[in-house]
Amino acid sequence: MNENAISLDCRKLIGGCAEGEAIVSREAICFYLCDPETGELLDKNHHLKGKSLANKVLLLTSGKGSSVVQLDGLFQMKEQGKLPLAMIVMDADPVLVSSVYVVEVPLVDRVEKDPYLIIEDGDWVRVDADKECVLVKKKQ
Amino acid sequence: MYLTDEEERMLQGEMGEGVRKAMDMLVALGKAFDAEKMIKVSRTHVALSGQEGDTYWCELLVDGGARCLIPPTTNPNWDVATLNKHYPVSPAKLFLAARTEDVYRRIGAVMTHCCTPELAGNVPVFGEHVAFSESSATPYVNAVLGARSNRESSVSALASAVTGRTPYYGLHLDENRKGNMLVNVDVELHGAYDWGLLGWCVGMHAGNRVPVLVLRKEAYRWTRPTPEELLYFTTESSTSGAVPMFHIAGVTPEAPTLEVAFGGNATEYEITVTRRDLDEAERLVSDPAGKINLVLLGCPHYTYEQLKEAAEGVRGRKIHKDVHFWILTSFDAIELAKRSGHLEILEASGIRAVPDTCMDQPCFDGFKGMLNLTDSAKCAHYQKRRGLPFALRSLADCIDAAIEGEVR
Repeated sequence: MNENAISLDCRKLIGGCAEGEAIVSREAICFYLCDPETGELLDKNHHLKGKSLANKVLLLTSGKGSSVVQLDGLFQMKEQGKLPLAMIVMDADPVLVSSVYVVEVPLVDRVEKDPYLIIEDGDWVRVDADKECVLVKKKQ
Repeated sequence: MYLTDEEERMLQGEMGEGVRKAMDMLVALGKAFDAEKMIKVSRTHVALSGQEGDTYWCELLVDGGARCLIPPTTNPNWDVATLNKHYPVSPAKLFLAARTEDVYRRIGAVMTHCCTPELAGNVPVFGEHVAFSESSATPYVNAVLGARSNRESSVSALASAVTGRTPYYGLHLDENRKGNMLVNVDVELHGAYDWGLLGWCVGMHAGNRVPVLVLRKEAYRWTRPTPEELLYFTTESSTSGAVPMFHIAGVTPEAPTLEVAFGGNATEYEITVTRRDLDEAERLVSDPAGKINLVLLGCPHYTYEQLKEAAEGVRGRKIHKDVHFWILTSFDAIELAKRSGHLEILEASGIRAVPDTCMDQPCFDGFKGMLNLTDSAKCAHYQKRRGLPFALRSLADCIDAAIEGEVR
């Protein structure tokens, strides 16, 4: 992982460490609009519609939706083992932070360089929230 | 982020795993919003939504030994004893309702089951720091009462109830409470329904700004807007958008004048709302007219005044035999209506009132796909997503439609 990997400082919001394939959302996400059985986004206006967030490292702009639905969406994904492994967020909102906290997914923000210019779908990304570090290994 | 010794001990788990989790979540929130410290809250209100994710969080805290330091009042679940007789639901849904009740009792919540705690049961005073979830209650507490709360999620408000703390950011700070958007209300407002439509229009345009309303025409019947009118405004502006703080020049406590309301801020954005905008909002939210099956009022919970208004409107008349008519209300309002004789009038006409119940619960799922009727844009908006179409009309029109069996 360390060879040819790009290392970026970030800020821990919710602790933990996980790594996996990246999926990049250029818009806000409401997790209530995901199919908990598959992790696929059902939001018909979202560019990731039909793509699965399950067991991936998710880069997203922010969350959207009321507190109750955002949390319940994440909770149902947790029950089915279809949560993202870790999240990198640009503009954290209180509902996203508190909901992600409940389902215990590592969450970071304030990556030192714009992660949208670095991370693409399919890259291998490690989010070490506890060490406040994101490692990106570009796909071949 | 600075933490006191006691807060640090909470975070280190010295007061149990449940308290540790609650404080850890609040620290994550505080960091995300650059809060310099925690502050104490003296009141809390939680959602008790009956949704599984929310119940799960409460169980995590209770199983970790947590009890509420500042016992929260709760939003409604649903009155299982009454409603399950009319509309039976699956054992799994009954079990979730019972599990939710049980765990909120164990954490030490005050089981008010009411979504308008700021009117009765949990009323903060001016300047008081609190943590309220429920999107219609938060702006009421901030703007109308002058207390201070961020727009808490159900789970963050419960974390504050357990720890007695909230991160010091957002609407707890003076500078974030000042207006920066001007709303010229160029329409005569007749009652709570019109105030709700006004709220819908403001919420659509507000973004994350703090709107300041200027009432250009007659907007209330007596000396100031009623609690119901203000509540309909906060409910709908937090449904079409998210408006946790606003001012009404010359009316709300932090806006004795327009200048004070803005506090030196520039006007970033200005809108004028006319009768045409209110009509357009109604048309946008409402499903098309037709024969109706269910009339559902009380989102947010009907107050005693509204129960009385409904009783006076329907007195001596009968609801159509094919129409189910329910009013969701608070425990204190229904008791007053009973004592004052209004409940008897409602029941004689075929209208049932029930406390402790939210419209967003499984008991009304049998009305999926059928046209229903409400005076609440919030009810219409969220129930549409549940598969229940709703037409939107004022209380008086809802009563007339329920008698005819059809909304025009």
